[in-house]
Amino acid sequence: MRQRVSMTINGTNYEHEVEPRLLLVHYIREQAGLTGTHVGCDTSNCGACTIEMDGHSVKACTVFAVQANGSQLLTIEGLAQGTQLHPLQQAFWDEHGLQCGYCTPGMIMAARQLLARNPDPTEKEIRMGIEGNLCRCTGYHNIVKAIQAAAKVMGEGAERKAPATAPSARRD
Amino acid sequence: MAVSQMIGASIKRREDPQLVTGSGRFVDDLPQNAVLHLHVVRSSEPHARILAIDTIRAKEADGVVAIFTGKELREEFQAPLPVTVTFVPEKAYPEQYPIATDKVHYVGEPVALVVALSRAAAQDAAERIEVRYQALPAVTDVEKAIQKDAPVIHESLGSNLSYDVKRAGGDIEAAFKEAEVTISQRLQQQRLIPIAIETRGVVADYKPFANSLTLWSSTQIPHFVKVWLAVILGIPESQVRVIAPDVGGGFGSKIRVFPEEVLTALASRRLGRPVKWIEDREENMRATHHGRSQIWDVEIAAKRDGTVLGLRLTQWLDLGAYCSQFGTFMSLGLLVAPGPYRLAAIDGRLVGVFTNRTPTDAYRGAGRPEATYVIERVMDLVAQETGMDPADVRRRNLVTGAEQPYTSLFGFTFDSGDYVAGLERALQVAGYDDLRRRQSEARKQGRYLGIGLASYLEICGLGPAAPTQANTGVSLWGMGVVRLHFTGKATAITGSSPHGQGHETTFAQVVSAVLGIPVADVDVVHGDTGIGPMGMNTYGSRSTALDASAVHISATRVREKARKIAAHLLEAAEDDVVYEDGKAFVKGSPAKSVTIQELAMAAFQTNRLPAGMEGGLEATTFFDPTNFVWPFGTHVAVVEVDPETGKVSIERYVALDDCGTRINPMVVDGQIHGGIAQGIGQALFEEGVYGEDGQLRTGTLVDYLVPSAADLPFFQLEETITPSPVNPLGAKGIGEAGTIASTAALMNAVVDALQPFGVKDVPMPASPAKLWQLMHRNGGRKG
Ligand code: FES
Ligand code: FES
Repeated sequence: MRQRVSMTINGTNYEHEVEPRLLLVHYIREQAGLTGTHVGCDTSNCGACTIEMDGHSVKACTVFAVQANGSQLLTIEGLAQGTQLHPLQQAFWDEHGLQCGYCTPGMIMAARQLLARNPDPTEKEIRMGIEGNLCRCTGYHNIVKAIQAAAKVMGEGAERKAPATAPSARRD
Repeated sequence: MAVSQMIGASIKRREDPQLVTGSGRFVDDLPQNAVLHLHVVRSSEPHARILAIDTIRAKEADGVVAIFTGKELREEFQAPLPVTVTFVPEKAYPEQYPIATDKVHYVGEPVALVVALSRAAAQDAAERIEVRYQALPAVTDVEKAIQKDAPVIHESLGSNLSYDVKRAGGDIEAAFKEAEVTISQRLQQQRLIPIAIETRGVVADYKPFANSLTLWSSTQIPHFVKVWLAVILGIPESQVRVIAPDVGGGFGSKIRVFPEEVLTALASRRLGRPVKWIEDREENMRATHHGRSQIWDVEIAAKRDGTVLGLRLTQWLDLGAYCSQFGTFMSLGLLVAPGPYRLAAIDGRLVGVFTNRTPTDAYRGAGRPEATYVIERVMDLVAQETGMDPADVRRRNLVTGAEQPYTSLFGFTFDSGDYVAGLERALQVAGYDDLRRRQSEARKQGRYLGIGLASYLEICGLGPAAPTQANTGVSLWGMGVVRLHFTGKATAITGSSPHGQGHETTFAQVVSAVLGIPVADVDVVHGDTGIGPMGMNTYGSRSTALDASAVHISATRVREKARKIAAHLLEAAEDDVVYEDGKAFVKGSPAKSVTIQELAMAAFQTNRLPAGMEGGLEATTFFDPTNFVWPFGTHVAVVEVDPETGKVSIERYVALDDCGTRINPMVVDGQIHGGIAQGIGQALFEEGVYGEDGQLRTGTLVDYLVPSAADLPFFQLEETITPSPVNPLGAKGIGEAGTIASTAALMNAVVDALQPFGVKDVPMPASPAKLWQLMHRNGGRKG
């Protein structure tokens, strides 16, 4: 019944025997012990579980752990370099883009994908881009401002740094 | 930045580095080895007798450690779940225990517990439990529930009526006699589901031989939970420690002592092992209380010049299946229904009714959004009826600055504020006159712009202790400890228990301002009943007004003691020693000073203390203010309704709020943003819908619409600042103001947009389908 999976999360390799029904978000939280990825619903609506899998943004509650076998994952814990925050993390802090902070990891991961695809988004594009991530605290006002601020900082870097996980074809 | 300027500084939150890096510690993130997992089996029936619960097959399932039914646990409860007076001492209500035994009363009521080695194993086993019910007819509508032939939910009460009581002030007969205009209107407050993005969760660790319990809960009220766990489970209160770790939002939905806190603790006690329960979202939408769910019948007596003379009000409150802990708190709405206006008379009736639905309790604003909605709809209805501008009707009725401190007809005295100035400023910023011009031009082109105003006055900052004891049954005060350590670093312990409000930052700013030490030198501790005295927790926009004030007073007392020690060390008379920016010195000679760090050390060294002085440098304050605080303001919403689709787009949102002193304006603004969004959610999107069969039809986030970023605009915030005279900081609350004003402002704008169609009121939420129908009835002809 149980299957062996192995995947790289934030550059570290993890290998476990799991039940085929185990959701990736639970794998990340309980097997890999990375609890920054949160769970806020059971219908894929809230986005609290957003991570990057092989360069694509996914809601980790919509993927089984076994489907991620062989994949490269990036979670919120993989963004900062030591104590150096990622520009998005810094911008959320600077702009008061969080209150309770529960939606924040997913929100930042979604914003990161948004900026990877569209480095200079309009306000409307930002709002549409994070539509799948719910926040109940901030009214999104400062989240949008934070993403705008981060876009500016990231755009100013003469050459934008490659994302920590290079986009690559997903292995099944 | 000089520390003396710390009050009023938008410094970045010290909470955030943890949270933005995924290192927060919410209940489900706590490292817990060997924890067992609890799954609560819940009623699928809205109203039924439990005939039998067959657990045999479940007990054999893999990984199951134990299964408990309500009957097996019943004798362990030494008291029912708490219910407070909250404005309606006359109410009749049944005792509620954490788990059903013979009967279930709403879908989601706990009926059995499964404890297993993993969450999945517990869920699997739960599916093998067979509960046999004898279904009883259910009632989900307040008006149907009080009809004679309605099924009775709690037989012991004889009917579904909890109370039907009067609350009157002024001479209502005279008001209606004098009236030139009378208007009747029914206003709906639909049922809302709070949806904190983190659901609830509990970890309980009971140590059998010590008879001690440590419980982590995603709660707003760890101190109350501690008391009630002790009472209900019969554990000495001194042996119970409740900790609220990082909490992912509350909004009132984590304000009560919940069945699952007791049940998780009980499972841990039965098994002698730590047990964890994490609510899933579907469960959350049925098991965590709902909000609002009221109907208000309003009769208005007014004059042609816009003066509102009096109101007859009936508040129908759907309590749900039980009276929740603060289940009647929303009746406060009737007592503050006059809002910021002069109003000579209210004839009020409060009716509380049980239905077979999830119990209702506080949800952001609790009673005050409802009151504001009523009075602000009243102002617009009067404007519509008299042909006056809504702004002029408000000008006519607002209490003026010169009338302050004004006492309302239910005997509340407002603390401070010029409500007219607030209105005028908001109108000016919004460009009100110009908006009206644009509106009439747009109408000529078949475009429907609406402008909505809401002038609110909010009672909050609960205490003071005496009136809260009298009206709610709980004496509410602020609690703050300030402790200086040997090396001059400080710890502040607060009685409030934040879940996103930024107290670790703002309360540190308060200590920093008083003691003149850097914010980084102040640690703020909250939400742990094992540390510091009893606190009164977080709700009702009370934390800054009460607990930050208590911290302020304690810091001041610490400073005064430090000054005495300084006088001794400087060999000067106490009166000659001044304390500034973290140093004490003899007036006029700042060069020879002693720093607070030296004074802190001296406080622990008998050879440096004045004779007879107790050692240590710390103070504890229980702060009881002289009044509530009364933030106020005016919000202006501008919307456009598309006649093709009925969809509302929010063009602009201007919020003027006066919450007195702002310790951290950035944090204040954040509270307002979030509040506005939640109020807009009620106006446009959210509704907890039940079928006649008692099943929740909007039981997932697919069906229950929480606003997303794409639904909302940027908000334009403005302020006036009128310090409150009732606390040393001059602060008023701000956690709920946005929600209190925005629902009314939005709905007034929507109704205003639809005026050409003869629309006088729109029941919330103003969904596209509803608005399209209103715009196209009579074949689209205008009213
Ligand atoms: S947990 Fe809500 S979308 Fe994944
Ligand atoms: S910060 Fe609380 S849900 Fe977004």
